[in-house]
Amino acid sequence: MYSYDDYDYALVRERVEQFRDQVARRLNGELTEEEFLPLRLQNGLYMQKHAYMLRVAIPYGVLSGNQLRTLAHIARTYDKGYGHFTTRQNIQFNWIQLEQTPGILDCLAAAQMHAIQTSGNCVRNVTTEAFAGVAADEIIDPRPFAELLRQWSTINPEFLFLPRKFKIAISSAEQDRAAIKVHDIGLHVYRATNGEMLLRVYVGGGLGRTPIIGLAIKEDLPWRHLLSYVEAILRVYNRHGRRDNKYKARIKILVKALGIAAFAEEVQREWQAINAGPAEITDQEYQRIAAAFVAPAYEFLPAQNFDYNTQLFKHAEFSRWVARSVIAHKVTGYAAVIISTKPGISAPPGDVTAEQMEVIALLAEQFGFGEVRVAHEQNLVLPDVRKADLFALWQALDLIGMATPNAGLLTDIIACPGGDYCSLANAKSIPIAQAIQQRFEDLDYLHDAGDVSLNISGCMNACGHHHIGNIGILGVDKNGSEFYQVTLGGAQGNDSRLGKVIGPAFSAAEMPDVIEKIITTYKDYREVDEPFIDVVQRIGIDPFKENLYQNSASPQQQPMEVLP
Amino acid sequence: MNNVIALAQSGAHIVEQDPWVFINSETELVEASAHQKLILPFSLWQKCQPDAVLRGEQQSVQGFWLAPEEEEEPVKQWLAVVPLIALQFPSFRDGRAYTQAYVLRTRLGWAGELRAVGDVLRDQLSHMRQCGFTSFAIRTDKSVTDALKGLSGISVLYGRSVIQPLLLFRRR
Repeated sequence: MYSYDDYDYALVRERVEQFRDQVARRLNGELTEEEFLPLRLQNGLYMQKHAYMLRVAIPYGVLSGNQLRTLAHIARTYDKGYGHFTTRQNIQFNWIQLEQTPGILDCLAAAQMHAIQTSGNCVRNVTTEAFAGVAADEIIDPRPFAELLRQWSTINPEFLFLPRKFKIAISSAEQDRAAIKVHDIGLHVYRATNGEMLLRVYVGGGLGRTPIIGLAIKEDLPWRHLLSYVEAILRVYNRHGRRDNKYKARIKILVKALGIAAFAEEVQREWQAINAGPAEITDQEYQRIAAAFVAPAYEFLPAQNFDYNTQLFKHAEFSRWVARSVIAHKVTGYAAVIISTKPGISAPPGDVTAEQMEVIALLAEQFGFGEVRVAHEQNLVLPDVRKADLFALWQALDLIGMATPNAGLLTDIIACPGGDYCSLANAKSIPIAQAIQQRFEDLDYLHDAGDVSLNISGCMNACGHHHIGNIGILGVDKNGSEFYQVTLGGAQGNDSRLGKVIGPAFSAAEMPDVIEKIITTYKDYREVDEPFIDVVQRIGIDPFKENLYQNSASPQQQPMEVLP
Repeated sequence: MNNVIALAQSGAHIVEQDPWVFINSETELVEASAHQKLILPFSLWQKCQPDAVLRGEQQSVQGFWLAPEEEEEPVKQWLAVVPLIALQFPSFRDGRAYTQAYVLRTRLGWAGELRAVGDVLRDQLSHMRQCGFTSFAIRTDKSVTDALKGLSGISVLYGRSVIQPLLLFRRR
């Protein structure tokens, strides 16, 4: 993985000192809260319902065992013993005191980490997919490009006060696992027939209150122009993005207002003025950064392993876990493993305790090359495990409650922290997720239902990406009470789609029933192994609607009761 | 205009007697003396200039300022005769002037004094300096001495800027 050099260290250290001074000036009243706000947000520090929340960047989701131990240390020392992994490959600590923040940033800096630009109206943590570098369907390793972008966007003086936050995701596999089409800029790296690396650039995607799937703005950008092209997009956005209305300030609104063709023309004009010469990425720099991501020293292993096959045959539970949690690796004899952070009632999605982090750090070293990844789905991933070690790994994960075989299943819920923590939320997310997880505890039922993504957001800011869940749940506030609106048919990946609202909202108590009825309808209509999303595409939402609202217990659907 | 910091060869310094008067509107212009050094809105500046200045044959006494939504391109033909250009920060969170400054410096070739005016605060000064500003009218309720400390910023710049045209990897 990428290691800091003297420049990287100097930048992060100086930034910690700069923020220490800003915190001190806030505490002694030199800075008003209004003046301090953008400064602390650019350091990932939010004011939440109960306390400050610190969001730490995990660039492109890559962590070393030692970095994970550092996060465990922070969780134990400064928080309540756990951290929360997010959909954008960050980790959040929810119980932070302002005075302690510089100390935490010191700890992070020592482990080559930071919280720079994890919030605020600037370029946020650049994300990629959790299986970068190891996925069997990978075209080119996207991590060097992500690191080039991380450096370029870090404290880039022109773009620290944009109209609104700005998110970039990058992927380079046949299957998009980074949700690139719902980012402000999505990049897909591929190879031309002559072998040259090219980028397909999407722009103007995003969820929130105006969900939009990004559009391709450039099909074949030569890789050397990555930074200049992103710079051109940002410059056009910084000048022309709306600033009069916070809800209309994202780049997607600008792209929509101008139309993609006119927007592309603006960008092209800007890009032509800057693309030549010093803005180009050099071969030397690409090689320097890519060298940090060279494949580890894999052993030559046989494709078949007798012990592994026997264990699969003998242990139904292990076999079930393998079926859901083990992902094909580009190197023979190896696999990538998803560690589920969705055990059900015992922990909210994405929450991991300090002890669990420490064990995972150890397992990454014992069974891999010391690396851990954070997945967009809020799970963790061990990217390089010998198939022969899978059984032992499974047993070890089971001991810390992280061997739930539910990756991709209904209980692998993506959920934002919701009203329990977030000051923006209209409704709770975690109790809904947990009630659904509890209802679907039966693994046979769950595995029979197959791949279904279920996403929950506690408000229309859509941090739980509910629009792109096969089943989406949005918390809404109606006259001071919490209700939940359901969407069906959303999808992430190559075929990204926004779900459709199924009908009037439900109460929290109804939600497990609602989801069960949706799954029952799916099972009634499916043909053989047809996945959930395909059935929704084929039959539309009407059959689901009928089944849900017929004889519905929903108070909004019931006719008025007439008293004798 | 007081509370001004300027960059010079010798380094950044507090300007003791800044001669410039910032004019927002025509009404303010009427009140101000015609002989003072004024920073006028660009459209007003055009109106007030003698023909020789407009023809580019004589230096203007007055500078002009651009609002964040104004384009830089139309000012191009007067860059040789104007002594100062100011860019406005209606709020310190409005980043449009950074881009305006970048374009004025790198594309239109403006080499004279470029002043940040409006909600100009200590913690943004190093970014402004990177984008090519050379003087800073600090918000008057803030200490200018204190604001001087904001110019240094962070010594490492990965990307490029007006004062550092090469990306870090080309400087290694």
